[in-house]
Amino acid sequence: MAADTDAALSSGLQLLGTTASAQALRTDALFLAMVLLCGTVALTLLVLVVFFAIRYRRGSNVDRTPPRELRGVEIAWTIAPLLVFFGIFGWAARDFVTMADPPADALPITVVAKQWMWKLQHRNGRREINELHVPLGEPVVATMTSEDVIHSFFIPAFRIKQDVVPGRYTRLWFTATQLGEFSLFCSEYCGSEHSQMTGRVVVMTPADYGRWLASGPAQPSTAQYGFALFRQLGCSGCHDARSTIHAPLLDGIYGRTTHLQDGRTVVADANYLRDSILVPGKDVVAGFEPMMPSYAGQVSEEDIQALIAYLQSTSKRDAP
Amino acid sequence: MTTSYLDDGLTIRSWLTTTDHKRIAILYAIAITCFFFVGGAAATIIRLELATPQGDLVSHDAYNKLFTAHGVIMVWLFLIPSIPSVLGNFLLPLMIGAKDLAFPRLNLMSWYLYVAGGLVTLEALFLGGVDTGWTFYTPYSTMFSNTYVVLTLTGVFITGFSSILTGLNFIVTIHTLRARAMGWFKLPLFVWGMYATSLILVLATPVLAITVLLLIAERLFQIGIFDPAFGGDPLLFQHLFWFYSHPAVYVMILPAMGVVSEIIPCFARRPIFGYRSMAYAIMTIASVGFLVWGHHMFVSGQSLTASMVFSLLSFIVAIPSAIKVFNWTATLYKGSIRFDAPMLYALGFVGLFTIGGLTGLFLASLALDVHLTDTYFVVAHFHYIMVGGAVMAYFAGLHFWWPKVTGRLYPEVWSRIAAVIAFIGFNLTFFPQFLLGIEGMPRRYHTYPPQFQVLNLFSSAGAGVLAIGYLMPLVYLTWSIRHGARAGDNPWAAKGFEWQTRSPPPTDNFDTPPTVPDIVYDYVADEPEFAR
Repeated sequence: MAADTDAALSSGLQLLGTTASAQALRTDALFLAMVLLCGTVALTLLVLVVFFAIRYRRGSNVDRTPPRELRGVEIAWTIAPLLVFFGIFGWAARDFVTMADPPADALPITVVAKQWMWKLQHRNGRREINELHVPLGEPVVATMTSEDVIHSFFIPAFRIKQDVVPGRYTRLWFTATQLGEFSLFCSEYCGSEHSQMTGRVVVMTPADYGRWLASGPAQPSTAQYGFALFRQLGCSGCHDARSTIHAPLLDGIYGRTTHLQDGRTVVADANYLRDSILVPGKDVVAGFEPMMPSYAGQVSEEDIQALIAYLQSTSKRDAP
Repeated sequence: MTTSYLDDGLTIRSWLTTTDHKRIAILYAIAITCFFFVGGAAATIIRLELATPQGDLVSHDAYNKLFTAHGVIMVWLFLIPSIPSVLGNFLLPLMIGAKDLAFPRLNLMSWYLYVAGGLVTLEALFLGGVDTGWTFYTPYSTMFSNTYVVLTLTGVFITGFSSILTGLNFIVTIHTLRARAMGWFKLPLFVWGMYATSLILVLATPVLAITVLLLIAERLFQIGIFDPAFGGDPLLFQHLFWFYSHPAVYVMILPAMGVVSEIIPCFARRPIFGYRSMAYAIMTIASVGFLVWGHHMFVSGQSLTASMVFSLLSFIVAIPSAIKVFNWTATLYKGSIRFDAPMLYALGFVGLFTIGGLTGLFLASLALDVHLTDTYFVVAHFHYIMVGGAVMAYFAGLHFWWPKVTGRLYPEVWSRIAAVIAFIGFNLTFFPQFLLGIEGMPRRYHTYPPQFQVLNLFSSAGAGVLAIGYLMPLVYLTWSIRHGARAGDNPWAAKGFEWQTRSPPPTDNFDTPPTVPDIVYDYVADEPEFAR
């Protein structure tokens, strides 16, 4: 293991553990504020209970004239916590919104979880198992799904966690701020070897990351592979400008607002495209017949992610 | 004078066919004690296994079955029935001046359903167990686990009917059988707690029953409800499950709050501070508690809007709990406080419940929950509420009403020592788990990275101390049934109808109708010494 990890592990009892992402700093600030606030409340109550218990113990010689009704106190200790709670809620919610909203230029990776391993893939097609290499200081966004049960992608040093759910995509993003190796855990119980479904995240300098990325076996990028699938599976037979079949053109579809037959509008994100491949009848585009067959069972989770990567690439200037 | 309820028929048959709420309470007490020690045995093996990072005591699958068994048994077969079915059954009619519950035979049927459900669950465990966790998350539980899921859920389903019928019985009893002149705001807070709990049992348990049936339908007949491979939605299960299981937490804690609200005034010799706000707080928790289930799902993939709403409501539901803690503390002010075992347990409850509640605020905070959820922080948090809260209160109640139930006193010194040992053992077991969670140790891990071992060792050592704290009352309380000194009718000089009758009470509860005081909890600090 790298020296950084050992250093982090040896200081095992530090209050907040390693702080290695931009999000971790924000989470730790909130955590510290909560510890101070709740600690003060708990300590105050403890002091009061102990003080009352000693002063008003049976047989002690003190004034026990019953106090008059304290309506004001009751109102105060109802309203005051409520206001404080609203404040905490707002603080935590603001950070949560940030966590849900990856920057547009974040480096995309795909994650497929299965009992009991993590399969990860970089944009250039390089694959990893139970290990994720990422560059320092650059936002990374993971699009994740599961082949079987629910798993959860958890990197404690980054303070991020997201369930990985079969049948849909979930997403999480982070910007690593410290070089080194960090634990990756599955944190949603997933069967026999749940506690073995662990891995590590390796944070490298962008230059090292670039070298690492290029050093793998030569292979098509995810989008290139997706383009090959697009033709091989026959998608292009209908979804092509030259096709005689009346099907929507898919160039630049990713991220576009799409109008559906039943009057709804949806943003064509990864989940929408995934459903359109597997359950084509679910969201039919306005003006088209629901004639597309389902590809469920014919494409793996990795294939679907490659197809989406290809479609995404047609929306960008840097085509495959 | 008629005989006491204990002497009214001495055969096994007279017990198994009884419709006396007090005898049924004893039947429940025996049954839940058995399940408590079975669930506790599972916890013991879990803590032994976690003393080392490697999986060197049991296999992965055995470990997974152990934590599932621990959860299923403790939640459905101990915590949910504990205070309502034992103390509630015994005390509810006494506290409102009734001869029995509204439906005595239904009450006995509830016990049989509970035992039947419990035995079916135990059978599943003995056949080979179940490894889904007590939460039964889909699609693992429907399509992937090859253990006794359906049989276990059948047990849970049957036990659910016991809950529903008990809830119904209590609601009707409180509405119709209160003594003349006992208005709603003269009810002891324990009765308020039972009322709110019963409402939750009646309204939420059917949702659990439906969810269990849907799960079984998918597992047995591949009907696509939760598994996306059949067109289902796994998050639907989580919504349905927590719609029951979050209110179920209040089923555990509201009765506990009721118990503590009886004990603190008695041993502080002061009327409870803010009686009305206490009653309103109980009802607020019970109703708002139905609207916070989504806080278990902040990282599940649920929508951002839903998470926002559930987070805000979770902060709001904390307010009435905070009020209750403040009120208990204020009740001590200008009191004349004695520290008998029930009071020690009750004060322990207040402290541990406060920590459990405050750490709940961490988990309600969206961005913090992302890091803390599904780690040992959550495990520590809910054990502070369920064990530090509900179990402490159950022991408090057991020690407080034991003289009434059995007519005997238990050894005073031993009982105080046991209360202190349980408190220390509890904190030693569960406080390190907060730290483990903060450092990122996921829950339900059979093996773990070595940096977590020190804290796990503390936790395992604490579990040993806690076990002693639980075994001691088993010994001295059992001993006291035959050998304890006679208690007298009211050894604590306590207020409330149950103390106006004999110990143990006659079958019909009262020889002469109890008198309703002008205010509840009419304790006066400079009264003469306790009778004891």
